[in-house]
Amino acid sequence: MCHHVPQMLRSTDAEKQMNIGLLIHEWLVAALGLGLLLVDLWLPSSAKRNLGYAAAIGVGAILLYSFVAVRFPSSEVTQYAFGKMYALDGLALFFKRFFLLAALIVLLMSVEFADRIAAGIGEFYALILFALLGMMFAASANDFALLFVSLELITITFYVLTSFHRSHRASLEAGVKYLIIGALSTAFMVYGIALVYGFSHTLNFTELASLTTKLGSHKIFLFGLVFVLAGLGFKIAAFPFQIWAPDVYQGAPSPTTAFLAIGSKAAGFVLLLRVLFIAVPGITAQWVNLLIIMSGITILYGNLCAIPQRNVKRLLGYSSIAHAGYMLLGVAAMSTAGRSAVLYYLSGYLFTVLGAFTVICLVMRQVDGEDISALAGLNRRSPLLAATMTLSVVSLAGIPPLAGFFGKFLLLKAVIEQGATHPGYYCLAFTALAGVVISLYYYFGIVRAIYWSNDVTDLSPIPLSKPIRLSIYGCIAGMFFLGVFPGPVLNLAIEAVKVLR
Amino acid sequence: MSLLTFIICCPLAAAILLAFVPGNYRVVMRGVALLATLLSALLAIIMFMLFNSADIATSGYRFDQQIPWVSALGISYHVGVDGINVGLVLMGAIVAFAAACISWEIKEREKEFYILLLVMAGGILGAFASLDLFFFYFFHELALVPTFIMIGVWGRGEQKNYATFQVAIYLSIGALLALIGLIALYLQSGAATFDIPQLTEHIRRNPISASGQHFIFPLLLFGFGILVSLWPFHTWAPLGYGSAPTATAMLHAGVLKKFGLYGLIRIALPLLPDAAQSWMQILAWLCLGNLVYCGWVAMRQKDFNRLIGYSSVAHMGFIFLGIASLNLIGVTGAVLVMIAHGFLAALTFGLGGYIYQQTGTLQMDQLGGLLRRLPFIGAALMMAAFAGCGLPGFANFAGEVTVFFGAWKVFPLVTILACWGALIIGAVYALRAMRNILHGPLPEKWARVADAPHLWRKTPFIILLACLLLFGCFPGLLVEKIKPSAEQIIRMVHGGSGNSLPGSVIAQTAGGGVLQ
Repeated sequence: MCHHVPQMLRSTDAEKQMNIGLLIHEWLVAALGLGLLLVDLWLPSSAKRNLGYAAAIGVGAILLYSFVAVRFPSSEVTQYAFGKMYALDGLALFFKRFFLLAALIVLLMSVEFADRIAAGIGEFYALILFALLGMMFAASANDFALLFVSLELITITFYVLTSFHRSHRASLEAGVKYLIIGALSTAFMVYGIALVYGFSHTLNFTELASLTTKLGSHKIFLFGLVFVLAGLGFKIAAFPFQIWAPDVYQGAPSPTTAFLAIGSKAAGFVLLLRVLFIAVPGITAQWVNLLIIMSGITILYGNLCAIPQRNVKRLLGYSSIAHAGYMLLGVAAMSTAGRSAVLYYLSGYLFTVLGAFTVICLVMRQVDGEDISALAGLNRRSPLLAATMTLSVVSLAGIPPLAGFFGKFLLLKAVIEQGATHPGYYCLAFTALAGVVISLYYYFGIVRAIYWSNDVTDLSPIPLSKPIRLSIYGCIAGMFFLGVFPGPVLNLAIEAVKVLR
Repeated sequence: MSLLTFIICCPLAAAILLAFVPGNYRVVMRGVALLATLLSALLAIIMFMLFNSADIATSGYRFDQQIPWVSALGISYHVGVDGINVGLVLMGAIVAFAAACISWEIKEREKEFYILLLVMAGGILGAFASLDLFFFYFFHELALVPTFIMIGVWGRGEQKNYATFQVAIYLSIGALLALIGLIALYLQSGAATFDIPQLTEHIRRNPISASGQHFIFPLLLFGFGILVSLWPFHTWAPLGYGSAPTATAMLHAGVLKKFGLYGLIRIALPLLPDAAQSWMQILAWLCLGNLVYCGWVAMRQKDFNRLIGYSSVAHMGFIFLGIASLNLIGVTGAVLVMIAHGFLAALTFGLGGYIYQQTGTLQMDQLGGLLRRLPFIGAALMMAAFAGCGLPGFANFAGEVTVFFGAWKVFPLVTILACWGALIIGAVYALRAMRNILHGPLPEKWARVADAPHLWRKTPFIILLACLLLFGCFPGLLVEKIKPSAEQIIRMVHGGSGNSLPGSVIAQTAGGGVLQ
């Protein structure tokens, strides 16, 4: 500890500045969450359901504000706050908007889900906002302390969100499993951070970057970094830290699962990118094999395990593991093209996954099982939902002209591009290809259940409220836009990853 | 807007339009689908007539249009035709119209069917017209996915589900292998563009290294090969066509399948010339698998649709042989057979579909004597069978003979074996099928089978037959267009890696990747 003090003293005044104004988006989200909790106290229980709309409007306003009001000379200029713990750069801003958009759709979904939650829907909305806050801090983390705190904020809120179905055994079981495995991974991570700190005497990514050439040969320092990687691997559900995902996806309330699938995974990825390519780029370059193997196994594991699944949410849990593997392709490629492909893929994944979960949430409001057969005859019950679900799985399978296709195209291109440097990349490209082919089987299983199953029991039409209809149209538009006009978002992604080395 | 863009957009725009038509407006849906495909077929005919092959030598592609799409990656929407694809676009548009005409047999979920059919047609036309690697692949996938869904939903027979999965998985593997090959090609070239003319020009100056070529070429050969049912990757085709609804089988076997062959001719041969020359020996022997083995299997089929499926796999052998010969005559013949077989496959699947619709079976041992009940359909089927055997006067003859002339110089042994396989085996299975279906005693249960009642029902068959005869009697119409373009491709293949021009150093330094 004693080495730390002089270093802190050395830092200049400018770096020590709080720069609180930079965190405007986070403050707004925090204020919105706290305000929601307060209002909840005085609201009659019949009106609490509509608090979700208020929260969604608030999040939407913050999202708009982020486009209007950020004074940003150029994305390559990084602004710091809290003594360089917090960084606001192109990458952070990209992900903040991403998380805000995800939370907006999840909140609208939660309103539809409100009837199934026995009590405390107000807290449910507020917790989503707090998880969002954690994700937004994660997007800006430039320091292991902020990384840890933001991850804990996300994870702990998710423990509660997962077990919010207090009367459902599956939900409670999922919550406990998530808690235990999450705590374990947190322990790994803290231990790793302690080892890293012990050798480098700094927690700051920028400072670490200048030290890694010196420290790269220390086994214990590397050991610490591997532990950090394990903790982040848990967040993104990459092999071998994926074991929790199917159970938690299945048991958690649908809006929670949706937010877990997109928000929590994206937070894991932004932190992974920051640690690997800002804090220790020198060491990351030596981890090519590790990342290639991790990515390949994650893809195969997720896709192979998804084949026999009958529960839609569990199936999507396994498929989300596979998609973590696809996104790791871009990380493993170690190139700007690969990293921008990750960002692009995540953007497409946002609309795709949220579209799919919105449908599941609406269709399975009355059914407990969430079996694929519950989707039977959906095209007659609600053509819009059937179309949304079909488009979502088609996009997940990577078929043009939807977002998933162009995302996979970019990832594959980035990996093949590196093939000249390391033959493992070609193997990885073929593994990804095998994964895509396997995934066609179970994705088409869903489409088949919707359109041509014989045993249709329930043909009651599904009522759709205006806001949820709007968010469904938004998801469809997003999937098509990203698939057909990839230019604008791809340029944003390329700009955003410029801060990474 | 180029004429070509209109041809592609007609079916796609109609598909979007149909999405907003309520499901019970059947007449509207049929009308829109027919009109859209008719319009693009008419435009394609106009384009074919306006096409002047003399221009190719001077200005490259005709009717071209280029719109930047993702400039960061060098992707643009670029369509255009030269002698090789002008005929294919024409054939695709006419077959699409015939397929839309024949779809009156679909009675359930018509809206979805017509939407998928139109998307498939638009995708096919787009794939053949694209001059950009990305869109080339994109449009093909756009056409491929409706195929799976149509087999799954409107398919027939007990093996429908199995066939759907097999076709989906086989073709996806093929398409993805080709995709990896195309991406590798883009990256290896260093041209930082997906534009095929630019890429060709760039590679002509700086050929891809031999090791790169030998890595990419097999990916393209087998990726495209699976899509074209190259032996031994052909098993999906008879099964899939046997289970597919008529219009899907027509469009896929007739047109979409030619995508892989077109890709080999347009992309793999000129851009990877060294590897192409060393792989062609292998391809020539593989194509014997198609011609002889699949022909042999076709002889043993009991189901007529399976038989046509195997026969269409067998016919792919001619095209592969023409490509493998790597000379002007062979490649010109290959393109001729592609066009001729497109009309022929659509015609036979359409007629098979008509008989199935009337009788509910295509098991040849249960049929017989149908010529008495179906004078028009039966006569058309006879003509299709003769065309399939390679009777002079039909377009297939012109193409196949040209292929043999081209291949004789390079692979005499393969050509002799192929002649036997093609002419004798082909004649045996085709004529035997005619005897079983059309001649002999008419079983009692088929006494009520009715012929195509009016001109409207006969139209698609008449058009397809007319095309076969037209290009059979006047193959010069196609050959004079194909030849100059095929010549350019052959020149690139045999130009070899030695002829790099002095400009190559500058081009190499200028061609640095945008993404690095």
